[in-house]
Amino acid sequence: MSFPWARQYQPATGLTKWLDEKLPVPRLVYNAVGAGYPVPRNLSYFWNFGVLAGFFLTLQIVTGIVLAMHYAANAQVAFATTEHIMRDINWGWLMRYAHANGASFFFIVVYIHIFRGLYYSSYKAPREMIWLLGVVIFLLMMATAFMGYVLPWGQMSFWGAKVITGLFGAIPLVGEPIQVWLLGGFAPDNAALNRFFSLHFLLPFVTLGVVIMHIWALHIPGSSNPTGVEVKSESDTVPFHPYYTAKDGFGLGIALIGYFALVFFLPNYLGHPDNYIEANPLSTPAHIVPEWYFWPFYAILRAFTSDFILPAKLWGVIAMFASILLWFFLPWLDKSPVRSGHYRPLFRKFFWFGLIPTMAVLFYCGGAPAEEPYVMLSQIATAYYFLHFLVILPIVSQIETPEPLPYSITEAVLHSDKKPVLGENTAPAV
Amino acid sequence: MADTTATMENSPKIEKDEGVRRRDFLDVAALSAAGIGGLAVVYPLISQMAPSKDVLAASTTEVDVSAIEVGQAIKAVFRKQPLFVRRLTPAEIAAAQAVPAGSLRDPQTLEERTKEGHLDMLVTMGVCTHLGCVPLGAAEGENKGEFGGYFCPCHGSHYDTAARIRKGPAPSNLEVPDYEFTSDTVIQVG
Repeated sequence: MSFPWARQYQPATGLTKWLDEKLPVPRLVYNAVGAGYPVPRNLSYFWNFGVLAGFFLTLQIVTGIVLAMHYAANAQVAFATTEHIMRDINWGWLMRYAHANGASFFFIVVYIHIFRGLYYSSYKAPREMIWLLGVVIFLLMMATAFMGYVLPWGQMSFWGAKVITGLFGAIPLVGEPIQVWLLGGFAPDNAALNRFFSLHFLLPFVTLGVVIMHIWALHIPGSSNPTGVEVKSESDTVPFHPYYTAKDGFGLGIALIGYFALVFFLPNYLGHPDNYIEANPLSTPAHIVPEWYFWPFYAILRAFTSDFILPAKLWGVIAMFASILLWFFLPWLDKSPVRSGHYRPLFRKFFWFGLIPTMAVLFYCGGAPAEEPYVMLSQIATAYYFLHFLVILPIVSQIETPEPLPYSITEAVLHSDKKPVLGENTAPAV
Repeated sequence: MADTTATMENSPKIEKDEGVRRRDFLDVAALSAAGIGGLAVVYPLISQMAPSKDVLAASTTEVDVSAIEVGQAIKAVFRKQPLFVRRLTPAEIAAAQAVPAGSLRDPQTLEERTKEGHLDMLVTMGVCTHLGCVPLGAAEGENKGEFGGYFCPCHGSHYDTAARIRKGPAPSNLEVPDYEFTSDTVIQVG
């Protein structure tokens, strides 16, 4: 599970020795995020974001449990109890703003984490399972965030719920019964609010379980690194603690400065004023938009405007789900043996001048009203998005000549690696 | 477990091609009972999410349409969703009939969408068939779209005077719910 030179856990006191025999939790922690986990020595700050995502998941669970102590999931009072939290509960405003903006920061760090993985091809063998579990986590996050946004029972909550459950109505034949079944009624109401609350409470713990598997799968091959060259010898690694606990701690400090700037000074910047109006089934807000983290996918949903064999609405729904589900196939679409985009000149061009601008356009159009030129822009960007993953990436990985890779991580860092490859310290990683 | 294995190995009575053994029968019977029991548990777990009795009970509504002037529309509530009742003007009826139904995305004539003898009384859900927003055009002064019926502001679907989809992403016409005239001035929806 780890490199042969990994430090071994040595229980020091009588108590830890006793514990190590009965339930070796300290050993598990030591080997997972302590000195017993050797990590490539060259990780950049882009490798902070996994730990940051773990932090924000924990923050969401803690603030969420506190909010659930004061909130009531009943359509009659949900909006009022949200205001009760804001006005009457001691520090309730802080808990709610921390939770709402915590969701945004969770998505920010996860998006950076995902794009780190895309640039450095972290999804490639032997790390496919980590990537697949990561996509599952992302899907769980999206479901959880959507249901959480419904709970305050404001106008955006209600109409967001209506539009998103309406997506299921696009499925031929069974769509409408499924939609009615999901909502427990013909429109979002008490039944829907209650089950969304129940699932919004449950799914973070499911996510936590998948996160544990994600980390477990990571610890089998060990972390990737910016060169994409696998660890060869002890000089390529440093122990996770104290080196990366310190580096992650510093990164966390920077992230928290941004996070608390938002919580304390711009708590509603990422929200919608319409959500401070109580849900009204008879009046649609002029401009329904989801939360910012769904904008790229919402743009893909709306990019389909004319029928072609299937109705346009169904195409939009299929494309939106496909845009994420295709990530499951990424480890097999990108055939290049070189991992890091740093050594892939052609891949790098398509990444920075193709994928990133496309995501920016989709992001912008998803938040814009459904009119020209945004519809046309969404269509072009949606086409490129699928082209990039399904056509460009496989072809580029076949025709590209990668730049020369360093011999080892040590050489990449120190510009020389004097250790023999097959010396006694360099048994291949298991 | 260990005991069983020992007995099996030591017992000369067990022959190879014995057919269905007592143990096989017990295995199949036990697993079948457990499987049917499992399914029996799944059914109520799924069914509990469907609309409850009180939600279903509220799915019939009576609307008095006597006060609607020609050219006017009202919003009622049916199944917690808006219901549009509109008394069409002769010009609107003519406009709806002037379009050949076959050329439409969801081909329906005005006659098919209204009750016999009440061609001017258009009863539809106020729910856009795209993603469920409430279209504009029922209240006075609202945008009625390019075809003089309803206009959905969410994604720009235009409905004509018979509430049929004419332009925009919505796949079908505004739904006409089941209803009947219980008298000349009252309709019962649902």
